[in-house]
Amino acid sequence: MSISDPEPDNLPLSQEPPDVEATVRGHKRLERNITLLAIATFVTVAIGGLVEIAPLFWIDNTIEQVEGMRPYTPLEQAGRDIYIREGCYACHSQMIRPFRDEVERYGHYSLAAESMYDHPFQWGSKRTGPDLARVGGRYSDEWHVQHLTDPQSVVPQSVMPQYGFLGETTLDIADAGAMLTALRRVGVPYSDRDIARADEDLIVQANPEAGDAADLLARYPKAQIRDFDGDPARVTEMDALLAYLQMLGTLVDLDSAAAQEELAQEKGR
Amino acid sequence: MQAEAALGRAILWFAILLMSIIVAATAADHGFAVQAGIVALVALVLMMMSATRFDPVGRARGFFRMPEGASRYDDDVIRWGVIATMFWGIVGFLVGVFIAAQLAFPQLNFEPYLNFGRVRPLHTSAVIFAFGGNALIATSFYVVQRTCRAQLAFPALARFVFWGYQMFIVLAASGYLLGITQSKEYAEPEWYVDIWLTIVWIAYGAVFIGTLVRRHEPHIYVANWFYLAFIVTIAMLHVVNNLAVPVSFMGSRSYSAFAGVQDALTQWWYGHNAVGFFLTAGFLAMMYYFVPKQAERPVYSYRLSIIHFWSLIFLYIWAGPHHLHYTALPDWAQTLGMVFSVMLWMPSWGGMINGLMTLNGAWDKVRTDPIIRMMVMALAFYGMSTFEGPMLSIKSVNSLSHYTDWTIGHVHSGALGWNGMITFACVYYLVPRLWRRERMFSLRMINWHFWLATVGIVFYAASMWVAGITQGLMWREYGADGYLVNNFVDTVAALHPMYVMRAFGGLLYLSGGAIMAWNVWMTMAGRLRDEKPMRDAAYDPAADRPLPAEPAE
Repeated sequence: MSISDPEPDNLPLSQEPPDVEATVRGHKRLERNITLLAIATFVTVAIGGLVEIAPLFWIDNTIEQVEGMRPYTPLEQAGRDIYIREGCYACHSQMIRPFRDEVERYGHYSLAAESMYDHPFQWGSKRTGPDLARVGGRYSDEWHVQHLTDPQSVVPQSVMPQYGFLGETTLDIADAGAMLTALRRVGVPYSDRDIARADEDLIVQANPEAGDAADLLARYPKAQIRDFDGDPARVTEMDALLAYLQMLGTLVDLDSAAAQEELAQEKGR
Repeated sequence: MQAEAALGRAILWFAILLMSIIVAATAADHGFAVQAGIVALVALVLMMMSATRFDPVGRARGFFRMPEGASRYDDDVIRWGVIATMFWGIVGFLVGVFIAAQLAFPQLNFEPYLNFGRVRPLHTSAVIFAFGGNALIATSFYVVQRTCRAQLAFPALARFVFWGYQMFIVLAASGYLLGITQSKEYAEPEWYVDIWLTIVWIAYGAVFIGTLVRRHEPHIYVANWFYLAFIVTIAMLHVVNNLAVPVSFMGSRSYSAFAGVQDALTQWWYGHNAVGFFLTAGFLAMMYYFVPKQAERPVYSYRLSIIHFWSLIFLYIWAGPHHLHYTALPDWAQTLGMVFSVMLWMPSWGGMINGLMTLNGAWDKVRTDPIIRMMVMALAFYGMSTFEGPMLSIKSVNSLSHYTDWTIGHVHSGALGWNGMITFACVYYLVPRLWRRERMFSLRMINWHFWLATVGIVFYAASMWVAGITQGLMWREYGADGYLVNNFVDTVAALHPMYVMRAFGGLLYLSGGAIMAWNVWMTMAGRLRDEKPMRDAAYDPAADRPLPAEPAE
């Protein structure tokens, strides 16, 4: 008898001759002992993940340091949260692969460092729409507002849903400092000052008149500070999303010779 | 004594009700308030059930005509599981057809709640976790009791597992439409729903393993190895991939503990093994019990089941990086993922062979028994998609197929063909036994279901192959002038006919599901359809002779 039969009606247990069963005698102990079986199963399924994932946290060349990376501004982060909320990742990747056609279509291939502050990552898995890793600065704010409100009015064959409600919804962030604090807990290097001024930064980036824009720019280099959605009276979700989209891929200066040389010497990827 | 216990329960539910109302009133975001409102509503119903004679579950038992009186095994929770499987299956298919139609006709997006981006996780979670998950929980409770010849270890906890799991589904699904998501594919629910699922899952493990401990059979049957691997591994994956820090305990948003590269690999280690352990190991467990039972044949090879069990669970875990080919993930991890994915082909086919060869000596049943036919088709699709998977994980193939609809087609030949078909077959096996009926209401309707589903999958998979390869080739097409030929939107426009065809295939699959629901409903009602039996044409030996011979020359 090898394996216990499913039910009282006594199916013959195995079509194999008895001598084969001698080879699996060792397995019988596992089959009779639920503790052993459970432990053996857990050990077996744990190995692969340990070998593949754990080294990523301590092998140095997993993420090559590049100039220009900085944490998101509060407004960009709020926009990123809207990007996630609306499930944009379901149709748009943010990961340019090192192929001629992709590099020509979207720009320099994506570097690991470019998503080092992304909790969670947004590489995506499907391109129903184009890659957005370097969409920042490619289109005007007006184009984005028009396109998000009614995509087909700009790109007739597009299958993208409409997001006009973003322009009508005031950005509702109860406590931007708490948002940054949570991100600092998972490893994003926000300073105490960043956290203290988070609520003001959020407003100032979309309305430079409302506070100290120079201070924001000093702490977040290359931050784009302007009214994005054409409605300076208030900060909308559209402002936040555009602040995020317009900065995607703009932080690292990939065209500078130094960066290129550094990239050419990259090892291990 | 009983009254006191009821009062205690009512007070507990009242406390939860009060707490959720407070949370709803002070929530940091609108979505979290709505979710707290849902919890409050459930607590209110449960409080009324404890305090008064209000008994919706009892009424529903009557409505579904569940057999009264004691049964040998704890089957009540399994009956509920079968009903939930049916219900969520139809919901999942319906939502799938809807989002397929949205991709063909974008006017079907209704901002903000019914935009594609919010509905898509509703579809994937409904079919994987609601339809598949309920099927797994129900069948595991059925199989573990039969193969252990023991009743469930903790029947009350088993009830909690079932209803707690439905609560998880409702919170997750309503959350997606409200925009609550952590964006990790197939792990979208936010931190508080994740914690709830962890509690339910630990209870599930306790009931399952507790029943194995109580078994009256010396050996643990092979189906239970697979269920065990599924429960243990999903627990590990779920906990690690969902590690996150909430912004506020009064709000839904949280940030993943990992970033960038590490987050990506952790997610696809999870994502691929949600396929490997939820949709494969668990469903192989179903195969290992229900195929031999329906075929009335023993499992083909005991030795093969040992080899393919251990190699399958060992190799699957490594395959995650093939979702990240040519990304910023280090090359060594990509290559490792590819090599293990190709190796995975062998144990996968070991399982398929063990299932198919179980029909040795019973192949004629494929012709006469539509349930067996579904099982065979399920195994055929399992074999096909576990060949396609390793092929797509080869880097050069993946460079074309990745980011395109080929992946979607691949997933659906597995999900519709393998998971769907084997689940349907199990439901058709279970319903007459659980409701103590002679047979299903109609075998011919099962046959209709089989063909609608099969043709639906063919439309689906074929259109997505064409769509994926078309798009992949158009993206990389260069003209004689050395410039890219196609705008991105040209490739979108080219896919329109394929998207229409895919939606049509989905519609066929959904209509098969509707026929099944009717068939199951009528079986529960105790009806038998008056129909021609499903068997060969009648043989009349008297007619099997030559006509009177002509006189010889």
